[in-house]
Amino acid sequence: MFKLIGKYLITFFNECGKAFTMLHTAAFWLWRAPFEWHEAMRQSVKIGIDSLTVTTLTSVFTGMVLALQGGNTITSVFNEPMYVGTLVGFSLIRELGPVLTAVVVVGRAGAAVTAEIGTMEVTEQIDALYTLGTNPSRQLVLPRMFAFLLTVPLLTLFANFSGIFGGYLVAVYGLGVPPESYLSDITTFMGAGDFMHGFIKSIFFAFMVGTVACYKGLDTRGGAEGVGRSTTVSVVTSMVLILVLDYFLTAILTALRI
Amino acid sequence: MITITGLKKNFGHKQVLKGIDLTFKDGEIVSIIGGSGTGKSTLIKCVMRLIKPAEGKILIDGKDITFVEDEYKLSAVRRSMGYLFQEGALFDSLNVGENVAFGLQYLTDEKPADYKKIVKEKLALVGLKDIEHMRPSELSGGMKKRVALARVLAVSPKYLLYDEPTSGLDPIMSDIISDLILELKNKLGQTSVVITHDIKSAYKISDRIVFLYDGKILMQGTPAEFKKSDNPYVRQFMDGSSRGPIQMKLTND
Repeated sequence: MFKLIGKYLITFFNECGKAFTMLHTAAFWLWRAPFEWHEAMRQSVKIGIDSLTVTTLTSVFTGMVLALQGGNTITSVFNEPMYVGTLVGFSLIRELGPVLTAVVVVGRAGAAVTAEIGTMEVTEQIDALYTLGTNPSRQLVLPRMFAFLLTVPLLTLFANFSGIFGGYLVAVYGLGVPPESYLSDITTFMGAGDFMHGFIKSIFFAFMVGTVACYKGLDTRGGAEGVGRSTTVSVVTSMVLILVLDYFLTAILTALRI
Repeated sequence: MITITGLKKNFGHKQVLKGIDLTFKDGEIVSIIGGSGTGKSTLIKCVMRLIKPAEGKILIDGKDITFVEDEYKLSAVRRSMGYLFQEGALFDSLNVGENVAFGLQYLTDEKPADYKKIVKEKLALVGLKDIEHMRPSELSGGMKKRVALARVLAVSPKYLLYDEPTSGLDPIMSDIISDLILELKNKLGQTSVVITHDIKSAYKISDRIVFLYDGKILMQGTPAEFKKSDNPYVRQFMDGSSRGPIQMKLTND
């Protein structure tokens, strides 16, 4: 039993170490060579567009279901659907917006990045980068990290708005909440701090998703099967880490009163 | 000049290179031959430092690169070398033209305005025309290899390391590539190290042939010496016979 736990812990820290080495090398190249802006923008567009539709769909329906569940529960207690806007707004902006967006990005873009870099690794394209005067840090990791850091917060923002819009539809047309009170519920009780709370989370998620996706890609061994394995591991690891990280970030940010 | 002394490399418990001493002089063509799994690719990957050796020393023009960790210093040494990968290793995300031009921005001082011209020129050199817009996935195996060769030639390296340049090509194309390697040496004085299974090509192009067996050099010499050699290992390999001292383990492969 101890042996098994020990083995997992060793693997875990070993992987963390290697991922940080990758980040360290990437940071080194950030200062030593010109940044690949063209590739970074190309990746940003790709990741952003890849994930936009699914993010919107997910958050609209999340907003709708929050309004429906919340509205019904509140109605059963208070006899009228009060504070539906506040409930939807708080849940989305502080919690579900960043988390759901990160999960969607992992599924769409994170998996694609791991699979792409993994395929490059097993077909010697990574080695080819070295022989042609550049390296994967500069060519692949940095542009993709940039792209995740740029697009995930933007997508989160977009998810927040579409979620609130979804909630609005259900609250106003389904539950009969007056439109003004739905919106004032949000604006009265929520401040810039709540927005920052979600925004900071999304940046951490972006960083983590990018790191895992690139690292698992570069760590791929063993042909097509290896690419499949890396991609699965990358997605599962990111999903679990999002939820774990979310708890700790909430705890820390709340303690810091953000 | 590339000098290798006492080079050893293992993957886990498997000892692949068991002490290689070898020199590649400027302007010569050296073919490295030997059965699959005898460490030929590992050897030239160590020279390119895509793989870190376990022991020994590799000097490129007097610079010791054996255990250099600093990627920045390594990339400076790699500038003088070109590497042709076995399967081409073309970048899937780029088209043929972009692939061939890829190294120019990092390894040469050519102006971006001239890239198109250089790409055309190098593709013509390997017998390809008007395929710049195509994707690597649309190319046949042989074409991929030639595009990859054009990509290496575009940056005009001093040393060229070829990992099986003629495998997967038809006999005529193989001969064209062999001629091209010879021409590069004669015109530009390029040094080539060629890993090959193609004995005909090895005889044609080599100044020297190195025969690798079980991680060690079994024999090296001129093609004429190889033709005359009565070493049973060499004979079996050069004649391509299944009978002889080299026993391939079919069950393990």
